[in-house]
Amino acid sequence: MAKTSDKKSPLQHHFVHLNQQYDASQMGMWAFLITEILFFGALFTAYIVYRLMYPAAFGAASSHLDITLGAFNTAVLIASSLTMALAVHAGHTGSTRGIIKNLIWTIVLGSVFLGVKAIEYSHKFHEHLVPGPSFSFPLYPGAGSELFFSLYFAMTGLHAFHMVIGIIGLFILIGMAAKGRFNQEYSTPVEMMGLYWHFVDIVWIFLFPLLYLVLRHH
Amino acid sequence: MNSSGKKTNYLNASHTLSSWFLTVDHKRIAILYLITISIFFFIGGLFAALIRLELLTPAGDLFKSDEYNKLFTLHGIVMIFFFLIPSVPAVLGNFLIPIMIGAKDLAFPRINLLSWYIYVIGATLATLAIMVGGVDTGWTFYTPYSTVYSNGAVALTIVGAFITGFSSILTGLNFLVTIHKMRAPGMTWFRLPLFVWAHYATSLIMVLATPVLASALFLLFLERVFHIGIFNPALGGDPVLFQHLFWFYSHPAVYIMILPSMGVMSELFAAFSRKRIFGYEFVACSSLAIAILGFFVWGHHMFVSGQSMYAGMVFSVLSFLVAIPSAVKAFNWSATLYKGSISYETPMLYAFGFIGLFTIGGLTGLFLSTMAVDVHVHDTYFVVAHFHYIMVGGVLMGYLGGLHYWWPKITGRLYPEAWAKLSALLVFVGFNLTFFPQFLLGYMGMPRRYHMYPEEFQVLNVCSSLGASVLGIGYFLPLVYFLWSLKFGKESPANPWGAKGLEWEIQSPPTTHNFDEIPVVTEEAYAYAKEDGKHHG
Repeated sequence: MAKTSDKKSPLQHHFVHLNQQYDASQMGMWAFLITEILFFGALFTAYIVYRLMYPAAFGAASSHLDITLGAFNTAVLIASSLTMALAVHAGHTGSTRGIIKNLIWTIVLGSVFLGVKAIEYSHKFHEHLVPGPSFSFPLYPGAGSELFFSLYFAMTGLHAFHMVIGIIGLFILIGMAAKGRFNQEYSTPVEMMGLYWHFVDIVWIFLFPLLYLVLRHH
Repeated sequence: MNSSGKKTNYLNASHTLSSWFLTVDHKRIAILYLITISIFFFIGGLFAALIRLELLTPAGDLFKSDEYNKLFTLHGIVMIFFFLIPSVPAVLGNFLIPIMIGAKDLAFPRINLLSWYIYVIGATLATLAIMVGGVDTGWTFYTPYSTVYSNGAVALTIVGAFITGFSSILTGLNFLVTIHKMRAPGMTWFRLPLFVWAHYATSLIMVLATPVLASALFLLFLERVFHIGIFNPALGGDPVLFQHLFWFYSHPAVYIMILPSMGVMSELFAAFSRKRIFGYEFVACSSLAIAILGFFVWGHHMFVSGQSMYAGMVFSVLSFLVAIPSAVKAFNWSATLYKGSISYETPMLYAFGFIGLFTIGGLTGLFLSTMAVDVHVHDTYFVVAHFHYIMVGGVLMGYLGGLHYWWPKITGRLYPEAWAKLSALLVFVGFNLTFFPQFLLGYMGMPRRYHMYPEEFQVLNVCSSLGASVLGIGYFLPLVYFLWSLKFGKESPANPWGAKGLEWEIQSPPTTHNFDEIPVVTEEAYAYAKEDGKHHG
């Protein structure tokens, strides 16, 4: 039975013990990530359909993305996954200092990613590559190139939105850590955030080749 | 006991406004849902009434055609997204699942409250869209009409539906985790009430299908608001892709609506036959089978949309397969009656009504999944009649049957049985009178979504409108006597039906934490002793 919990205990009233609460959080997070896979999945489906319809247009449009910035961002994001994993590890060893330090690094790297993304977006804006009435892509005037850029903005935009949510979450975790809420027995929120962050990274691992590397092997 | 001598329960535990609007008690959240979805049910019903009023006469004399387009669109959107999808799960599921599995609450009580707020925000935006001009795309939002040509408040409506989707996702997620992780000691998977199994299957669909709708609506929003080409054929896009994404959610969504009602049915047939449900394992697994098969039949909505003929054939065969688990349920419920000691209280009347209506709806579904027949009756009133038999006949019979069955548990009061029986009868008769003529109309070729029709269709349309009036009274009565019973109804004992299940072992209404001690379960869900029936009068 749950004790009438003193303020310090992280055990909520409706759970019998901490293990049950931990299991529930973990399953809930994984289930949530599965919904996220399906959320992105519809966009990937659209990508597959249109790439099969317009292979040449997708190749031409893809070659116009900035591969250097894209590759740099990929490296940044992988590095942020490392610092996130270190934060989770620090949680398991009960090091509040370690949690905070690594979460700050994760925020810094995530922000670098978003900054680079903003630079890329502004380039596209100046080059009239944002879909809509002012879109023009003289290199490949046929149908399909605008669809590529529509999907580029929809997919990377949705991904960036998830990064922003993640960074907000990281700030909240730092606040919780600073209040001494985590210890060796309990650092579940850090771990759950870690799952989310890695998921968002993995989405990018798929987006990068699909969007940037369509025709690069030639 | 508190000072006034009355038992403390979740309703009278505290009375402040914030104790309701900030509650994390699954039972209070269920009540919040009950109130809000009832409001939307009557809004959606009002649109239906106006539609039936217009269709009394062949001429389009009450509304102009674009007003009529808005009417049927709003009727569909309000009823589906804001009433049918949340109905049984968010009210009865929310209230009962933790109790039925012997838990004090859902796994994530705060997320449960959050999903109600998300629902309210989404529903408010959609209501706002109605007030600033409505939307005329049909509830299906087909492109390119919805993104390029429609003048309605499409974007706002889409945002409303998109947001409400997350309420459904979070509810499903909460149920899944709760059923996996919160079961009391001894509550094994095959001791779970079938109501819980049905909600487990429903939750799988909510979690796996709803995000795809969210994504499709997200893309639709981008195209509509920012003029970004995605589905627009003028920019090389494919409108059929939108239909695929839309129906990938919206067909399984039918099972989000019907499965929970089937769960209610299993409880009702066992309780009012005083008998173990026949073929428990099969009924449990048929819910999962429906959920899984339901993901692979969406193409039957697109037989005439230019989808490949071979894809159509596959979707046709897969759609037939859904009939198998559905029939497993219907036959097992019927077999449960055999040698049971049956009593005919209101919930059981709804259960019988369900079988009748669901069978007609299900069998006509087979007509429609036959491609050649579908080409003939596509977009006619035959389709309208078919899905109303499932989504209104099926879902609403389950919802109302369940509401009557658990009303004494939820409120601690008994409703007036005679009035309730009358309303069950009115609903059944009114429903058939409304929708059976529509099968005939559709078969004779009356298309859906028009406000005018040739004179020879008038008799059947008048029947349908007449039936709708009877149905309306049938739906309005429970609202009156349920509210009446809150003040004047007799107080209910813990187990007014003599039914099995953990929810009947605790007081009515339950305390805030449901159980003082987490129960230890030692028997299966429907352990009705043989002689139990004889005691029941």
